[in-house]
Amino acid sequence: MGSAPYIIYPLGDQALTIELGKKIEEQTNRRVMEVFHQLQNNPIPFVSELIPAYSSITVVYHAFAIRKTHPGLSAFDWMKAELTNRLQQKGDGAFSSRLINIPVCYDPELGPDLAGLAAFSGLPVAEVIRLHTEKAYRVYMIGFLPGFAYMASVDPAIRMPRKAQPRPQVAAGSVGIAGEQTGIYPVNSPGGWQIIGQTPLPLLDISQESPCLLEPGDQVRFHSISMQEFNQMKNSRSV
Amino acid sequence: MSILVIKPGIQTTIQDAGRIGFQHLGINPGGAMDLRAMQTANALVQNPANEAVLEFYFPAPVLQFNAGAFIALTGADFKASVNGIFLPVDHPIYIPAGSVLQFNGKNKGQLGYLAIQGGLELIEWLNSYSTNLKAAAGGYEGRALCAGDELTLNTHPKAIRSSTKCSVLPWKAYTESFYTNNPFRFIPGKEFDLLSKASRQLFITGGFMIQPQSDRMGYRLQGPELQLTVAEEMISSAVTRGTIQLLPNGQCIVLMADHQTTGGYPRIGHIITADLPGLAQKGIGDSLHFVQTDLETAENLLVMQEQHLQQLKNACILQLDAYHRH
Repeated sequence: MGSAPYIIYPLGDQALTIELGKKIEEQTNRRVMEVFHQLQNNPIPFVSELIPAYSSITVVYHAFAIRKTHPGLSAFDWMKAELTNRLQQKGDGAFSSRLINIPVCYDPELGPDLAGLAAFSGLPVAEVIRLHTEKAYRVYMIGFLPGFAYMASVDPAIRMPRKAQPRPQVAAGSVGIAGEQTGIYPVNSPGGWQIIGQTPLPLLDISQESPCLLEPGDQVRFHSISMQEFNQMKNSRSV
Repeated sequence: MSILVIKPGIQTTIQDAGRIGFQHLGINPGGAMDLRAMQTANALVQNPANEAVLEFYFPAPVLQFNAGAFIALTGADFKASVNGIFLPVDHPIYIPAGSVLQFNGKNKGQLGYLAIQGGLELIEWLNSYSTNLKAAAGGYEGRALCAGDELTLNTHPKAIRSSTKCSVLPWKAYTESFYTNNPFRFIPGKEFDLLSKASRQLFITGGFMIQPQSDRMGYRLQGPELQLTVAEEMISSAVTRGTIQLLPNGQCIVLMADHQTTGGYPRIGHIITADLPGLAQKGIGDSLHFVQTDLETAENLLVMQEQHLQQLKNACILQLDAYHRH
């Protein structure tokens, strides 16, 4: 496990990125998560952030604090040496992947691009929904917006590129497709993904200690609900 | 003991050093655009370095103090005044109860900061007072201030609130070394070498202008169109404050405090941390030039700035203590 190839490069003067691959692949992302959990459970001093992505993990550090404690070394070199050492160690692999079920209402009112995507794919709408709900997706990373999970891989039959012109406003909870990725907008935001439905669940709840429903490494499964169920779930939440 | 917002200004938000440790959830650090100004303001009134401050653009807010308070104004100079008395930046100032603090024009810079001794009574979100406008969380109800908002002042053990006279204390924080003007120094990003030789040259010689669609998320730049020699397929990964990305139209964007946590555009370079305060004080229509430096220089400059800040804090403690003894 520790022998997988990687490169480390500076991302400005207070962060570095460990690149573990150059593709969106489950195996690479598993290694990303393994390193992420290893560094979370056994932290390196002076590290302020760990940001896992598809095939990389970025480490943000306090350069001044490192320089004060280790004079004579550059903060980047010190951190790189620490990480190189850690990457040689075996990960314990002792982290569980959660399976999160997310209800989605695929009504055209809430999924304004569903019909367009069906036409683009040459499939009936019901088949698009079946294919979207058929499999579990991996949360490869979270970015773009607070709690926005990039999930993959969408069945090749229902892949569609982003919209040429992003919408000025996509409603919170909207479920979209962009190429092989699927995702959910946690807050109202401009956005270019093909919107096929909406979940009544809050992806971001700022009153909670863990404010985001999804975390990197989770497995997600969608299931179809009616407009009535959608409204019921949405209303029960706001009471 | 509170401050009443009479006029909110165009975008006045509560900020601190940022929300650290949540970028893996897509929650960006945010925080003051000009961190050195925020830290200086707090040092001048003997607050902890990360105490919440007000950050404001011009037109700036009009604020009524319902209790006497020690304050400091740093960053941009917007010709502040209280009851007709002009107030300088970078000094501790006592303003009496009933004072109306207002800003009368743009003298220098883009972002002003106001620290109040003892800080403000606010609820933290994820260990920070910074306002996250996207998540509508942190700061004051997760939004920019509005007319009629009332900010409650914390008590401070050293607070003197009885004086009825406005006084500018006779010492100044020297902040010049925090501010680099043009050119701004960058270290090359991962994709810098993918630029054509001509584009690499243009990036340094060309000059850029900050476009109107610029905000706390990033500065959109207008300049020479840059080209990559190869169209490399980019996979999204983390970005940082100061990262310069190349957009598909050949123009650049510099990411600022409220940047997205991840991005998929080629990274031309990263403005060094030591030059970010100066960049934060640039605004729409200002021109920028870039000059290449190396990581070692960037770290050395950061260390020098941190040491200067520490000296500044020590000096403020000595001066304010001496003042209180008299």
